[in-house]
Amino acid sequence: MNLQSKYRNRIFASCCTGLLLAALPLFSAQNTQQKQQALASQSQAAGAPDHEGSGEEKFQQYCSRCHRAPQSISPRIAGTVVRHMRVRASLSAQDERAILRYLSAQ
Amino acid sequence: MSGCEKILSIHRGAISRAATFLVAVCAVPLFLPAQDTPLISGGVGFLTSTTGGNTTYIPVLSPVLAAPLGNHLLVESRATLLESFFPKGNGQPGYTSASFKGLSYLQLDYLAAPHATIVAGEFLTPFGTYNERLTPIWTSNFESAPLIFSAGTMGTASSVGGMIRGDAVSTPNVSLSYAGYFSASSKNQQFNAERSAGGRASLFFPQPRLEIGGSYGRRLQDTHENFAGIHLWWEPANVPVKFRSEYAHAPHSEGYWIESEFRLTHDADAPGIRGGFAPVIRWQQTFRSSPDPTDGLPSANTRRPDFGLDYHFPHEVRINASYSRQFSSTGDVNIWETGIVYRFLFPTWRGK
Repeated sequence: MNLQSKYRNRIFASCCTGLLLAALPLFSAQNTQQKQQALASQSQAAGAPDHEGSGEEKFQQYCSRCHRAPQSISPRIAGTVVRHMRVRASLSAQDERAILRYLSAQ
Repeated sequence: MSGCEKILSIHRGAISRAATFLVAVCAVPLFLPAQDTPLISGGVGFLTSTTGGNTTYIPVLSPVLAAPLGNHLLVESRATLLESFFPKGNGQPGYTSASFKGLSYLQLDYLAAPHATIVAGEFLTPFGTYNERLTPIWTSNFESAPLIFSAGTMGTASSVGGMIRGDAVSTPNVSLSYAGYFSASSKNQQFNAERSAGGRASLFFPQPRLEIGGSYGRRLQDTHENFAGIHLWWEPANVPVKFRSEYAHAPHSEGYWIESEFRLTHDADAPGIRGGFAPVIRWQQTFRSSPDPTDGLPSANTRRPDFGLDYHFPHEVRINASYSRQFSSTGDVNIWETGIVYRFLFPTWRGK
């Protein structure tokens, strides 16, 4: 009886969590797309290569997932920071270039 | 040639090769682009933890070194130095202390291809998300690691061997990242690791900023055991909230944690209270299926809500405070934690 109750609670908690997490993106997808389009047009206006996307956008997507951005990054270490993050965050070379371009322009 | 001369000859060769390597390593920075200067980063903090009325005080320093070598290599390391002051116990008044100095990782990264990096040395075991992403003291929302932290991280949370990792596919709609490793058994005090293998793969959808992934690890020494885990992170761009969650299954226990961080504004750099405050909530639960005093997970089924408040001051200073209530058949307990952490980041030398 206890065992059944334990599993029932566990399954209920897992289902609720799954449903909550699965449903939440539906509410944000539309606004996110609008924001992405705005960022993309900004990056095109700034002359960033279209296929690599905006460096700021990549920075927000990959770096800000785990930590806040440092208040300032010395230009002397921008390349080292991004190479470090390429390994830590499993960035592709393309994303690394986009983020480096963004940080170098700050 | 006598045996002694043979040994000398062998050592002379080894010394010569080591000297050549050192000279080459020292000379590399001279040819690096200006933006590839080696850096020192990390955090320094003062933490307190009160469990069941006993308070522990922990001053801690956690420096990170990253030094590029040429265009394809990177040496990186993170260390932790701390002293913890805790009550003597057994009815004795006063405090005693214990110190810890250790390397979390010391690795050489070779950027072999646009989508693959080869890592050698001591590295953080790539299981789940917490170990690699949230263990730095300047990153984690709570001082204490989740209850399931030791599941899949093979005891020491670090591995000694080789790893290949990267981003297999990267498009505007989805990216697939991966990490696969093999670790040898090492009893060295600074490079302690268990013989194991495993990896992690995750899909990230940039538009909704949703990540889902799975991890697998197999311990290959003593009793061979399997560990599995899944994680789900969602950090919407248009709502100032983050959700992180992880589930791990170990041979004798399993559990999960779900964490939410709220902000009062989209703009994390906004001045004052609006940009600085970040309330955080974490719920965690573990289920014990059979006794195992060595796996690091709670010995009985446990539930624990954590409530925290982080405040980010200007100049990279953060304070955090949290209250947790742990419910278990072995006894319920209150846990209070506070901390102040300063994060630093600077070049190893000043430029012209």
